[in-house]
Amino acid sequence: MIQVIANSGLQLLVLLLVAPLFSGIIKTLKARLQTRRGPCVFQFYRDLLKLFRKGMVIPETASWIFSGAPYVYFTTAILVGLMIPMTTTYAPFSLFGGVLAVIYLLAFGRFFLALGGLDTGSSFGGLGSSREMTISAIAEPAMMLALFTVALGANSTNLSEMAGAAVSQSWRFLAPSQMLAFAAVFIVLIAETGRIPVDNPATHLELTMIHEAMILEYSGLYLALIEWGASIRQLVLMTLLVNTFFPYGLSSEQTLFAAGMGLCFYFAKVLLLAVFIVLIETTNAKLRLFRVPELLMVAFILGALALISTFLF
Amino acid sequence: MTMLPLGAVFALSLVAYSGGAVASLLSWREAGLARRICCGTALAGAILTGIGGLLALVQETPAAWSVSSGIPLFSYSFTYDALAGFFNLVLAILAIAVSIYSFSYLKEFEGKRNIGVFGFLFHLMLLSLTVVFTAANAFLFLIGWEVLALVAAGLVAFYHEDRASRRAGFLYAVMSHIDGGCLLLGFALLIKVSGSAEFATFHNIAAQMSSGELTAAFLLFFLGFGMKAGIIPFHIWLPAAHPVAPSNVSGLLSGIVIKCGIYGMIRIFLDSFGVVPSWVGLLVLIVGVVSAVLGVLYALMEHDLKRLLAYSSIENVGIIFMGIGAALIFRANGHPLLAGLALIAATFHTLNHAMFKCLLFLGAGSVLHSTGTRNMENMGGLIRPMPVTAFCFLIGAVAISGLPPLNGFVSEWFTYQSLLAGYGATGRLTRILFPLAGSMLALTGALAAACFVKAFAITFLALPRELKQHEVHESPRSMLVGMGFLATACVVLGVGATWVLPLFDGMMNQLLGQRVVGHFITGNGLVLAASTPAGGTVSTAVIGVGLMVLLLPAIFLVKAGAKQFGRKRGPAWDCGLPGLTSQNEYTSTAFSKALRMVFSVLYQPRREIQSVFDISPYFPKEIRFESGIEPTFEKRLYNPLKQLILSWSKRMRAIQAGSIHAYLVYIFITLILLLLFGVRP
Repeated sequence: MIQVIANSGLQLLVLLLVAPLFSGIIKTLKARLQTRRGPCVFQFYRDLLKLFRKGMVIPETASWIFSGAPYVYFTTAILVGLMIPMTTTYAPFSLFGGVLAVIYLLAFGRFFLALGGLDTGSSFGGLGSSREMTISAIAEPAMMLALFTVALGANSTNLSEMAGAAVSQSWRFLAPSQMLAFAAVFIVLIAETGRIPVDNPATHLELTMIHEAMILEYSGLYLALIEWGASIRQLVLMTLLVNTFFPYGLSSEQTLFAAGMGLCFYFAKVLLLAVFIVLIETTNAKLRLFRVPELLMVAFILGALALISTFLF
Repeated sequence: MTMLPLGAVFALSLVAYSGGAVASLLSWREAGLARRICCGTALAGAILTGIGGLLALVQETPAAWSVSSGIPLFSYSFTYDALAGFFNLVLAILAIAVSIYSFSYLKEFEGKRNIGVFGFLFHLMLLSLTVVFTAANAFLFLIGWEVLALVAAGLVAFYHEDRASRRAGFLYAVMSHIDGGCLLLGFALLIKVSGSAEFATFHNIAAQMSSGELTAAFLLFFLGFGMKAGIIPFHIWLPAAHPVAPSNVSGLLSGIVIKCGIYGMIRIFLDSFGVVPSWVGLLVLIVGVVSAVLGVLYALMEHDLKRLLAYSSIENVGIIFMGIGAALIFRANGHPLLAGLALIAATFHTLNHAMFKCLLFLGAGSVLHSTGTRNMENMGGLIRPMPVTAFCFLIGAVAISGLPPLNGFVSEWFTYQSLLAGYGATGRLTRILFPLAGSMLALTGALAAACFVKAFAITFLALPRELKQHEVHESPRSMLVGMGFLATACVVLGVGATWVLPLFDGMMNQLLGQRVVGHFITGNGLVLAASTPAGGTVSTAVIGVGLMVLLLPAIFLVKAGAKQFGRKRGPAWDCGLPGLTSQNEYTSTAFSKALRMVFSVLYQPRREIQSVFDISPYFPKEIRFESGIEPTFEKRLYNPLKQLILSWSKRMRAIQAGSIHAYLVYIFITLILLLLFGVRP
């Protein structure tokens, strides 16, 4: 029991405290690869701290939806994080929500952030919300199809069961269905976290903004909650990817040692994935908005192929 | 013994409805009295129907009454079994909410419209609905069905001075008669096989039918019930009829009247036919997928709030069809537990959709009541003058987008789980189709979220566009109570899903011959489970509580920070551009532009820009802009059909010479033919 609580506490701490670090690492690595010095990896923490000490300006045109959206965005991200196995195959909330609840809770956060974007009446907010909802709508079927393939292999949509099934067959990730599904989910990860080639997190240029346009009017603590929530969401999706496809180091036991070992493996895997994302970001140019559906269509076809190739074995 | 209270309640509800109908008609001169009678008796009848529905769901044995009529094949037979109880319960919840809502809503009719006639039609609609759900004789069922169609057409065309309403009422009447005709032929086939028109004799009738008869009967019933439910491609009457009706009626039309189609399919395909070949289920599943995706795609393009909701009904009927299709396939393959899972998905979604769609229509009615327009492009900022309506509408929007922990998520979760279960439990082709259908459900869900972000935000958020803020007011209290009742139902059915689910057990036992609900609840009754090969668990109760618990520290943090560092209101930053006006806002058309481009193959969007200038095109005096999407089904399917029928009728005119001698010859020839037909060996 104590170990279960300790594990859940650990998972909560990692989500809250380490998520910004990975955002920082991705930023710094990207700068290095582009032969810039880039910010320190801890810059994201400093930004958050700065925002936490700023006053807020609420647009006169906005209603309570504007103020409510950051809370929903932030809390859904954490709740989802607690449903995904991180260091062991066990996740504190895995009984209370499987992969479907994860995807729909993320959609819940997005729903309110899009409302918040539209609430101010500025055209940028509307632009961001419209684009975000469009892209997520096209990304969703690809994501579901790929995750279904994994779920069908594990005979469950419960994430602990899925991770457990992956652990028990350690070479399963080499099966064609798993590789195709991984590729599909990776493309969706890029789209959902707003990275190049779908969205550029560094831009504030009207023509290319998606996520940034939605949150343009937010300031101070609300902005901090959103930025923090966004980095947690990113870590959550990366965790989902590494732990359902490459469950190395995930132990099915609930001991402190297993959790510690699991944590080391987990950081190594996420770091590796971060490097992979950085490589994709630096070697690609941002796509025109109406090219993005084609990319997501590729992801959907990869997902469908993954499903069909389950017949191979 | 158990029959007695149920019978009394049922009889009393019928008396309340018919008495209310007559009383409202008689009191038509006194508008205020007519309004009170109309809402009061409907409320009383609805409460009785609700009690009856609950009793029937809980008790084991169905209650049945039959009075012979002396006419062959026709009898006044009613069976109040669990299935009837379930649909009556859904009807009752909606009717209670709508009756309360109408109490103030009908006030604007006073002095302008005949409330007596409205009350008459309204009561007859409730009466015929409950007759349809309980009738146990094919002809009694058809009479209820036809009365319902006529009354609903009357209510659709209630604003009869408006051309669009009249046309919609006509279209509704035509479509209902076509579907009634299909059902009549379908029942004729069943009666031919069983020799009786009682539903009881139809039990497991599929086993006695030849495959040709079964195919014909299935297609006839599928057409009839599908048309009533508004599936694509028989949907065009739905977005025409539901928006033009008075809003309280729209709520019932989308909430429960189209569900008669769902009821009929479950009654005939699952209760009467027994086991059907799996292609039947496959057809239902595929039609469901197509309706869901296309329905929501058309909903996204609407800027008429009530039309948007009507299209979204098509989408949700599609989702229900997916569940029914999956249940039929599982049954054909001999998996009763999985069939139970899929059937719970379908019936729970029927219940949920009734709640949130009626809520949204009542919300739209409240907006229409206060602003006088259905066009979202003119609205905006309504959350300030109408906070309660906005809050209720938001609950409905979250629920219909299938977001946890509200009720839409629960039934979509069951639908996903049953589709996933299909992978391991069926043949090779269907195996692939099931997860693909699941991914299309994901597309539907995400598009629905986009659609309702648009519907809520454009209507209620940001700055008011055309409307003067001070002229808009919150609706009277009884309308708010009606909406609040349904909003509460959405929350309770979502968070309390594990407590509601046992109510379905009697119905599952009746339809599948075994109790399945116990398999779908674990974790001290807190967790929903799909105890199937592709199992999974979810707990909306824990998700709801978890969100609340996590919300507290976040709120505390922000409140403390705001106290120390300040929180003030200021003009929107808007990238430094001063003077934000409502003209800067995203409109409904602008919001859906990106999706219009992505799905341009389907929409075939067109736009026309004409500018008028004197000297140079750079100094236009006037610009005319027009844009629209192609109504594919009307243009490619219905217009050619209409032309065909018209050209045939023109040819038929040749024999309609108007001469009485010719008609006498026709009658004579027909008589001889009939005699020949009658004495044929």
